[in-house]
Amino acid sequence: MSGGTPKRASEGAPVGRRALLGVLGAGAAGLAAAPYLQHGWERFLGAASQADPTGLTGLLPNPGGFRYYSVVGSVPRKDATTYRLRLDGLVRTPRTYTLDALRALPQTRIVHDVLCTDGWRVKQTPFTGVRLADLLDAAGVRPSGAAVRFTCFDGAYSESLTLEQARRSDVLVALTMQDKPLTHEHGGPVRLYVAPMYFYKSAKWLSGISVTDKVVPGYWEERGYAVDGWLDDADRHDRAA
Amino acid sequence: MPSTAGSTTPTGTTGRPELRDRVRRFSIVERTVHQTTVLLMLLCVTTAACLYFAPLSQLIGRRHLLATIHVWSGIALPLPSLLGLFSAAFRADLRRLNRFAPYDRQWLSAALRRRTAPEARPAGKFNAGQKLYAGSLAGAVLVMLFTGLLMWCVGLLPFISRTSAIFVHDLVAWAIAIALIAHLRKALADPEALLAMRTGHVSRTWAERHHKHWLP
Repeated sequence: MSGGTPKRASEGAPVGRRALLGVLGAGAAGLAAAPYLQHGWERFLGAASQADPTGLTGLLPNPGGFRYYSVVGSVPRKDATTYRLRLDGLVRTPRTYTLDALRALPQTRIVHDVLCTDGWRVKQTPFTGVRLADLLDAAGVRPSGAAVRFTCFDGAYSESLTLEQARRSDVLVALTMQDKPLTHEHGGPVRLYVAPMYFYKSAKWLSGISVTDKVVPGYWEERGYAVDGWLDDADRHDRAA
Repeated sequence: MPSTAGSTTPTGTTGRPELRDRVRRFSIVERTVHQTTVLLMLLCVTTAACLYFAPLSQLIGRRHLLATIHVWSGIALPLPSLLGLFSAAFRADLRRLNRFAPYDRQWLSAALRRRTAPEARPAGKFNAGQKLYAGSLAGAVLVMLFTGLLMWCVGLLPFISRTSAIFVHDLVAWAIAIALIAHLRKALADPEALLAMRTGHVSRTWAERHHKHWLP
């Protein structure tokens, strides 16, 4: 405005502005180079978190390539004695499964890349479990059923699929990941696994499957995520949707 | 201005007259800008840590709540500085931070040679390190704001993938964390500099020692 401004200070080179513009330029260069650099960075984080000499590696964002997401403060733990999966809604015979009952059903193994919308990817991850289609057939979907709603024993998360999507052969009620029983952190003992979609569709801590007459948007879908979470073309490796 | 006088009568002791001879370094507006920026930055950094680091994520959960706080504190982060532009004192300090004087190069070369004596590191109201810090941090915040908006509004610029935005957001976050730690260490190492940001005033001896080209 008026007097008191340091006239002398305006003499030198505008180094502050150059530093600011330099960082902006570096950011733009990073965005341009990201497709080429990003895999190296992820490999670095993945390698660092898998070699575990100190235990400090657990601090890194993606131990084993996965990152832990939960929308609630704490999630109750369930095991073979306490776990139940309820299948109801527009079906002829509502069912409740124990973990052992699920284990006794025919198992399907799928190996596919896991992709999060947050950019991380875990390559060629095997999941084993019961085909959702088998469970739906066993319960007998009524003609009015058009979609499936999934609820979770964390008490908050939910997901949805159309009936057509739910009947795909690569949609599992998964009991193992990487050929080991699903741990609590990874949504165990039972989670949904929707191979052709982004990982938010694969609800962790699955406790309820309900056939509905229309799609009920899930937790993140009510917060702006796509209801149809198909992987983008660039992210999809095998068969088309 | 200084209200800490109290004992303006010469006491005749050998101590430096630090309490009597205060110089104003930051106006109330500048301090408010700094404090609100600190608060928003703390919110941004702590929520970021809870979203990013696995053990904290498992401990805290509540991903949607944390993400909401993170996004809005990040968007608000430049606001204190923008509002500060209404203050002449703030604008004057921005001009000081922007321009490099010949003695700033001397400060930088002394810093590179790890010479810590104040005589070797001449400075105006702000030293060369503070100038570079201010400029690059401002740039980094803008990069975070831009990449953050790209992550938030998917499809805002279709030619930049969300993964690319996340990649830059992650890397620049690490750079900012390192810069903030360095900033904090510098501040904690100099109680008088802390005092300047808290009360707005420093002693004339401190100013002449560490910022000899500042006072007329």
